[in-house]
Amino acid sequence: MEALYATVTGVLTACGIYLTLRGRTFPVVVGLTLLSYAVNLFLFSMGGLASKSTTIVDSSFPYADPLPQALVLTAIVIGFAMTAFVVILAMRTRGDLGSDSVDGQRTDEPREERK
Amino acid sequence: MDHLLVMPIILPLFAGLAILWKRDASARFKRLVSLSAMALLVAVGVALITMASDDTIRYYALGDWQPPFGIVMVLDRLSALMVLLTSVLALFAGLYACAGQDEEGSNFHGLFQLQLMGINGAFMTGDLFNLFVFFEVLLIASYALLMHGGGKARTQSGLHYVALNLAGSSLFLIALGVLYGTLGTLNMADMAQKVATLDTSSAGLTMAAGLLLLTVFALKSAMLPLYFWLPRAYAAAPAAVAALFAIMTKVGIYAILRVFSLIFGNQAGALADMASPWIWWGGLATLALAAVGCLSARDMRTLVSYLVLVSVGTLLAAASLPGQQSLSALLYYMPQTTLVTGGLFLLADLIDDQRGKAGARIVKSRPLRQPALLGTLFFIGMAGIAGLPPFSGAIGKAMILQATPEGARVWLWSILLVAGLCAIVAASRAGSTFFWRSSEGEASGPLAGPARGIATAALIGAAPLLALLAGPITQFTDATAEQLDHPARYIDAILNPDPENQAMPMSNSEETP
Repeated sequence: MEALYATVTGVLTACGIYLTLRGRTFPVVVGLTLLSYAVNLFLFSMGGLASKSTTIVDSSFPYADPLPQALVLTAIVIGFAMTAFVVILAMRTRGDLGSDSVDGQRTDEPREERK
Repeated sequence: MDHLLVMPIILPLFAGLAILWKRDASARFKRLVSLSAMALLVAVGVALITMASDDTIRYYALGDWQPPFGIVMVLDRLSALMVLLTSVLALFAGLYACAGQDEEGSNFHGLFQLQLMGINGAFMTGDLFNLFVFFEVLLIASYALLMHGGGKARTQSGLHYVALNLAGSSLFLIALGVLYGTLGTLNMADMAQKVATLDTSSAGLTMAAGLLLLTVFALKSAMLPLYFWLPRAYAAAPAAVAALFAIMTKVGIYAILRVFSLIFGNQAGALADMASPWIWWGGLATLALAAVGCLSARDMRTLVSYLVLVSVGTLLAAASLPGQQSLSALLYYMPQTTLVTGGLFLLADLIDDQRGKAGARIVKSRPLRQPALLGTLFFIGMAGIAGLPPFSGAIGKAMILQATPEGARVWLWSILLVAGLCAIVAASRAGSTFFWRSSEGEASGPLAGPARGIATAALIGAAPLLALLAGPITQFTDATAEQLDHPARYIDAILNPDPENQAMPMSNSEETP
């Protein structure tokens, strides 16, 4: 389970970083979102992954660390608010600057098609 | 009276909520609530600093959940100093905004209060995850404030600022996750205790997490190579917001001071002072490049933004030096540089207003309406920030230079003094263009007005005032530096709930509530 979990987190982070470094606002927003997903998964595992243990503390059974669950909830809520904000901001940028390039440079055609 | 410790957070929170709740109310109502809340905050700041002066470290356990399990607000000399500094800066920045800038967009005062709540919370908290939460509170308010009033430049620099800080928040969370994994706690005092007895197998992982934290704080405090967002964002922000943002880089410096003196400080065993070389070289490089930036600035706002960076570089370099003397010098230098750069942002806006189309750009234009007033403020502010006597910048810089150990002098002395020279050259070029090289034409801009004049003069007036009060302030900062240099006191105060028993470690060994 650990290997699968680590791989998923790693791939998500890598995709997030790649997209964040793109030159247009939409991939950047998606990249930041992926990055926050990866971070949430990572936080969730920070107390160690435990299978077959209860989530509610009961002295007769081993229980999972409850703190990461509380922290990841906080992180999800904050991440959600930030994503909503950055989506609106990206739309505002498109409107104000007339371009969806992060540098605000007006290009007549997408860079990929220019050649 | 113990509830006083949460007042710096509760007060702006409720003021902000009241203003947002009555968002359709008249501008006068919002200004009144906002200004009275900030005046009260200054009073709270003074009360806290008097409380902290007896060298006891107090904490306030939220919901009475005792540390290390509950979240605590901690009051020591450093946090009291930072809260007072924030409240004074905010009061005058808010006063400036009340002259009309707050009505350029919506919800200015509400966001301003929430931003204050985030900043004060970051200074008071004793829990690393809580520090993250307060960082987010202050950031989300700052995103909106930065774009207050709208416009192309603001939207564009805002996008960069938001994207960078979101990436920074992710890094912060990763660092927190790793630290919780290796140390098993997020209470700063408890972490400091656990780091000292860390087994060698997880030392590498903890070190990586610590340096990741440093990256995040370096982004907030704008250390090279993470400062490129700052000049654009600060130059584009509305004047009152830019003035308040003068404290935001200091939040990063505060976090560096706190985490790397308490958790990874001199008691941290294998990881003791691990970040010092990074902070030292990063600070020096920031200082050098910011000095070049000052010379290249073509607009007074950009110039002041680079002056903010000069002070960040100076503070970071001083923060990495060993010993209490440099810490004390840094803490003396910090208030004046924060207040004066805040005042200079306000002054840039006043100059912009009176020069018509040329604005704050450093070009020949029509004469100013109030050259004597603005010129005097400009001279005092720039001389203070560049470190010319008789202002407090000179005292602060001299203290930092004096506190530098022999081997480090070659670097710090040369770069700091040359940076000061660059600041003077840039400031005199800007000043002579603004005040002496005006073209023919009628001075017709709007007058500064009482609110804006008082706010600007009060912040810039910090330069001579702090020089006059240098004696008592250095006494306070000396004691603060001593407190920071002995993390054991902080740990004892938090984890040993009864202050009378601090001297006897055997008397209260239980940590559970």
